[in-house]
Amino acid sequence: MSLMRKTQNYFVFLLRCGRIAFQGDWRYYAWMGVLTVFCLLGLNAYVRQFVHGLVVTGMSDQVSWGVYISNFTFMVGVAAAAAMLVIPVYIYDNKELHDLVIFGELLAVAAIIMCLAFVTVDLGRPDRFWHLIPGIGQFNFPGSMLSWDVIVLNGYLLLNVHICGYLLYTRYSGARPGPWFYIPFVFIAIFWAISIHTVTAFLYVGLGGRPYWNSSIVGPRFIASAFTAGPALIILALQVIRRVTDYRISDRALLTLRNIVQVSMLINVFLLANEIFKEFYARTAHVASSEYLYFGLHGFHALVPWIWSAIAFNLVAMVILVLPLSKSLRYLNFACILSIVGIWIEKGMGLVVPGFIPSPLGEIVEYSPSMNETLVCLGIWAFGLLCYTLMLRMAIPILQGRLTRDGGLTATPVAAPAAAH
Amino acid sequence: MPTDTPPPAAPAPALSRRSFLRNSAVLASGIAAVAASLAPLRELTDITSMEQFLQKHYKELTPADMEQVLARITRDVEKQYQVRPHVADYKPMDGVEFVYCLNLTRCIGCRKCVHACVAENNQSRSPEIQYIRVLKMPHGSLDMEKGDHNYSPASVPEKGFFYMPVQCQQCKNPACVKVCPVKATWQEADGITVIDYDWCIGCRYCEAACPYFARRFNWTKPSIPKDRLNPNMSYLGNRPRRQGVMEKCHFCIQRTRQGRYPACLEVCPAGARKFGNVLDPNSEVAHILRTKRVFIQLKEEVGTSPRFFYYFDV
Repeated sequence: MSLMRKTQNYFVFLLRCGRIAFQGDWRYYAWMGVLTVFCLLGLNAYVRQFVHGLVVTGMSDQVSWGVYISNFTFMVGVAAAAAMLVIPVYIYDNKELHDLVIFGELLAVAAIIMCLAFVTVDLGRPDRFWHLIPGIGQFNFPGSMLSWDVIVLNGYLLLNVHICGYLLYTRYSGARPGPWFYIPFVFIAIFWAISIHTVTAFLYVGLGGRPYWNSSIVGPRFIASAFTAGPALIILALQVIRRVTDYRISDRALLTLRNIVQVSMLINVFLLANEIFKEFYARTAHVASSEYLYFGLHGFHALVPWIWSAIAFNLVAMVILVLPLSKSLRYLNFACILSIVGIWIEKGMGLVVPGFIPSPLGEIVEYSPSMNETLVCLGIWAFGLLCYTLMLRMAIPILQGRLTRDGGLTATPVAAPAAAH
Repeated sequence: MPTDTPPPAAPAPALSRRSFLRNSAVLASGIAAVAASLAPLRELTDITSMEQFLQKHYKELTPADMEQVLARITRDVEKQYQVRPHVADYKPMDGVEFVYCLNLTRCIGCRKCVHACVAENNQSRSPEIQYIRVLKMPHGSLDMEKGDHNYSPASVPEKGFFYMPVQCQQCKNPACVKVCPVKATWQEADGITVIDYDWCIGCRYCEAACPYFARRFNWTKPSIPKDRLNPNMSYLGNRPRRQGVMEKCHFCIQRTRQGRYPACLEVCPAGARKFGNVLDPNSEVAHILRTKRVFIQLKEEVGTSPRFFYYFDV
């Protein structure tokens, strides 16, 4: 096939994907409409922040990072969790999850897009983003952990975009994927997934002046909590996909993921116990942040109800997950929701904010997100969901063999779909 | 594409008048919604010029580039404040390493240094940015968690307390410099850690890294009354900053690199502040570090090695 022809085919592919994104039933339009409204509300709030500065947030010189960086941290974990689908399939040859891997990888793509958005809205001078581009700007590599994060996040995005794009396009073309074009990248992506969350943990761990973060358990806790919340989110997402499309997803696949969430949650709670013991048994001067978080300090206790809810959620989720009870999807879903919310609080309010309280000079200034800040966050969440929905809208007909190069878009598969990747 | 049959749920895209009108209406309301969400942009006053947008990092500016940049800053300041400033790029002097010594026995907690600093360095007055924080500490302890940041008695000093001013410690191993992703902050040859306000992206990683709460962020557009502007300015020092960038104490670069004392030292009524070139054995600071029995580098355990020393009359 000539290069001309190949290019033409690829553009037809993109065009067809673009077109299908605007087609769906009323539920699809309603869902996308609601997400768009939230995106625009978020955009409006962000533009207001762009004009007036970060003064419209709840942050201060004392607590200089807030929900933006919290959400960023949480979403890096969700992105990394795609590895928890890849590892069973490609290393342990798990058949149940085989056809579902791509949903995890697409979720990783959406999560990384959200991460990049959360970091961007946190910048005081977003117009100077090009100072961060290696080669053009002044990239402080390897000195700054933030420059490592730029590399690993964008690298992870490219890896997953390549893997998903390649597999979907070959399926669309009716060709067999060439293993050399994606298997090496799949294995690189497994290690890369661990690295994105480790590097993000090191952003905090590397700060010697913040004893609450400067602790070697932060990295392992990040990984454990990510591998709990991420697959929990995938369990819920898969059931939504199963409900609103005719894509077949077996209960056994969901229960395989349950095993992962179960073990990760046990490790997560164990590591938390380690941290709490170290802080409160020794009671050195460094206990101040933990004391503020769990019990309040000098009459300030804004985070106390949050962290105890998070701990309660995590513990209840852990018990449900360990019991055979959670083999029933209803209980499993309940445990997943508890895990996601619990870990979101723990990573956000529980990790980022108390690192700043008390300040290095012992001052206590509390933080709570402003309305504008919350709207920006909701906007980015809506945008992430919008991206994920769009990607699924394009991917599912391709995977079902209903969108092919030769047949275009049809109501039923034109031919039995070739064995998947 | 004749083979492209849409799924049964979606209506066939026939180009009738009705669907054309409907699509146009959808498109128009979409554009209107986006325009409405972008509406706050109309309030944008501080617009970045192409020249500012493309300006290179401080260390990549040639002398000719710097001349242009200084001329641009002069123009901008004159336009905004109707005051003609003198803006220069003072370089470190050879054989000089600046060190600050602060006598905790003498400090009376009057905060004159705090305000002299604000006046000298063109910090925003609303909201007010201060580089120096004075802690009122109970007798006998250096535990800063016991410090009071907001003391306001009728007169100072108060019995049973001592006062500890904290500002940028100009560390030899600055945590803030290491973490900056774009090298917008660095240590100069004379030991002063500076910020290129035109290069900083405002990520505030340095603010999180600093163990001394020395860095400040411009959360909104700084505002300085025109008659309060100090027209003697330097590029890496006290020229006016823009919204969204970091700033901090720079040992009054526009004074000290011209052989003058920092503003906080000059105003101190108690003689608690000493400043000078530690490489000159005859300087006051060299003498203090040589002869005092005890001096303290704050948070020595974090390994930053400050050039700011606290000492006592013992």
